[in-house]
Amino acid sequence: MKHTLSVLLQNKPGALSRVTGLFSGRGFNIESLCVAETLDPKVSCMTLVTRGQNHIIEQITKQLHKLIDVIKVTDISEGEFVEREMVLIRVKAEANTRAEVLRVIDIFRGKVVDVSPTTYTVEITGPESKIKAVIDILRPIGIKEIIRTGTIALARAPKK
Amino acid sequence: MAKMTGAQAIIKCLKEEGVRIIFGFPGGAVIDLYDELLNTDIKHILVRHEQGAVHAADGYARATGDVGVALLTSGPGATNGVTAIATAYADSIPIVVLTGQVPTALIGNDAFQEVDIVGITRPCTKHNYLVSNPDDLVQTIREAFYLAATGRPGPVLVDLPKDVVASMITYPEKKKIKMQTYQPNYEPHPGQIEKACKGILAAKRPVVYVGGGVILSNASKELTELAHKISAPVTMTLMGLGGFPGTDKQSLGMLGMHGSYAANMSVAKSDLLIAVGARFDDRVTGRLDAFAPHAKVIHIDIDPTSISKNVKVDIPIVADCRAALQAMNTWFDKSSEFDPKTSAEKLQPWLAEIADWQKKHPLTYLEKGDVIKPQYVVQQLHELTGGDAIITTEVGQNQMWAAQFYKFNKPRHLLTSGGLGTMGYGLPAAIGAKLAFPDATVIDIAGDGSIQMNIQELATAKQWGAPVKVAILNNGYLGMVRQWQELFYNRRYSATPMEVTPDFVELARAYGAVGLRAKTKAEVVPVIKEALASDNLVIMDFVIEREEGVFPMVPAGKATTEMLLV
Repeated sequence: MKHTLSVLLQNKPGALSRVTGLFSGRGFNIESLCVAETLDPKVSCMTLVTRGQNHIIEQITKQLHKLIDVIKVTDISEGEFVEREMVLIRVKAEANTRAEVLRVIDIFRGKVVDVSPTTYTVEITGPESKIKAVIDILRPIGIKEIIRTGTIALARAPKK
Repeated sequence: MAKMTGAQAIIKCLKEEGVRIIFGFPGGAVIDLYDELLNTDIKHILVRHEQGAVHAADGYARATGDVGVALLTSGPGATNGVTAIATAYADSIPIVVLTGQVPTALIGNDAFQEVDIVGITRPCTKHNYLVSNPDDLVQTIREAFYLAATGRPGPVLVDLPKDVVASMITYPEKKKIKMQTYQPNYEPHPGQIEKACKGILAAKRPVVYVGGGVILSNASKELTELAHKISAPVTMTLMGLGGFPGTDKQSLGMLGMHGSYAANMSVAKSDLLIAVGARFDDRVTGRLDAFAPHAKVIHIDIDPTSISKNVKVDIPIVADCRAALQAMNTWFDKSSEFDPKTSAEKLQPWLAEIADWQKKHPLTYLEKGDVIKPQYVVQQLHELTGGDAIITTEVGQNQMWAAQFYKFNKPRHLLTSGGLGTMGYGLPAAIGAKLAFPDATVIDIAGDGSIQMNIQELATAKQWGAPVKVAILNNGYLGMVRQWQELFYNRRYSATPMEVTPDFVELARAYGAVGLRAKTKAEVVPVIKEALASDNLVIMDFVIEREEGVFPMVPAGKATTEMLLV
């Protein structure tokens, strides 16, 4: 099962390597990891996507919490949440495919951010499923380079 | 406020933390601190290898319950300490290790004797720090002591760049430490205590399974009270030995790979396992799916990660063992449903079954004429010290024979590397314990292989007046590995015969110690008596049966009921 964990940790040197070291040392896997400062510059927020059976996820959560630099760990995939990932794709765009690429990008509400005589570089944002869909469609046309940010996620605000 | 150097501030802070003794080895990066040590009454014990310093601090901590302190220089000084830090981490021992570091301007430059010790020790410390701002120096050391001693204890390392130690700082006022991200929970949840106690009331075949957490939380008294109240049999892990009196009639001794037959059978047949400060280590459980298959599990532990890590727990209690046991004792005292007498009667059939197992397969060994059996040596050590000595061990057969045959009645009397299994632990740990308790008899039960891993510390013992006794069970083999090779590798003794071993009697003399040797059974008692009567450092070389094994034994990966017996 895929789980998305949101981890608040102190913005201190070495804090990130404590988290990654924990995962490699205990054989947990990381699918993606995204970390940056919060409004409070002393605190970072990390979104971490991992996979495992429930008891593994329970261990991961507890072990993360045990790290002295970690303030809070939430498995936000337990409730409703929004997730986004951004991808930059440099795709082949020659005379016969330029129009098609633009159409695809338009359908996925992407943007062209760089143009060369033979390529477009496009930016697309969305949940992981959407990123996967756009890659699947662009792949036959010819993806020359791709870079992904990894998922960031936020629990949905309570409705009442 | 008057300014002082970082070194002065560190010493002042150590004094405030109640440190009386530091184990260490100097070097360029810590020379300022060593200079300042001449101006304090904190005793510094110069060891002969940094691993010895950290093990000695660990032995001091295990024997006293206080935080042990080691001071090492940068680079190789620090890396030499790593095995011992990992040893303390595996057994949750509170120590603070101060390491020197190259000046901050040189960090990252591959400077002379520079190593990223914070990076290296990240996975084997509870937490570690690199102090880069002199203003954080004192607070960091305070936090280190606080972290080491509270919650689930463990080693904390503080890396001290030379320029930080040399800088002028204002000493910050002492205030209570409060860390936003670290708030261990000591008090048990009353609802869980009630559930656990009701579980005990309902059980017909309960077993108490005691781990090192009982020792660490000083809960032996409370545990013994509970066990006696509910009449349940008690088994202990290696780390738990002494947490409940080994000679008590309710004691089943140690469980697990080299546990007693009765202990392993009891756990396998029990309907309620009451785990206190234990972590279901693979050496205890054997094949997991066959471990306590019929039992509900109550688990008291201060560390939530220990709960349901290996074995599913039915009633978790995240708390300090002592606080939880106190709460359970109070619950039983107040409960109208509980009566100790009825409870004891109810358990009679269970206790009778256990007594049968004990009778059928007691811990034993085969005598062989005049040949010295190692178990006999341990029994005689127990006898002649009245069971009162502080015993340290090395790792391997010597460790298991000590655990099986020295019946520990008190906590903090067995100091042994349980989790990591570090050969070379026993001698420096014994020195740490002896310096903490100069009047106690401290014996390192060793093998001829292990003792050589930190034998240089004999000089430390001699220099600092720590006349410990070393009992070498000398079989000329790396015995535990040899035993595995005998049983599972068709007696192919690859690299286990110690073809060259020093003459330990002569070696003792070289260090200014007393060397004694026993080659026959009849010589064992006189040698021990002479060693105990001496006020000098003593090595006893017991030339034992070469291919004696440790039994019972559960082969790795088997169920704990599948024991190989004597």
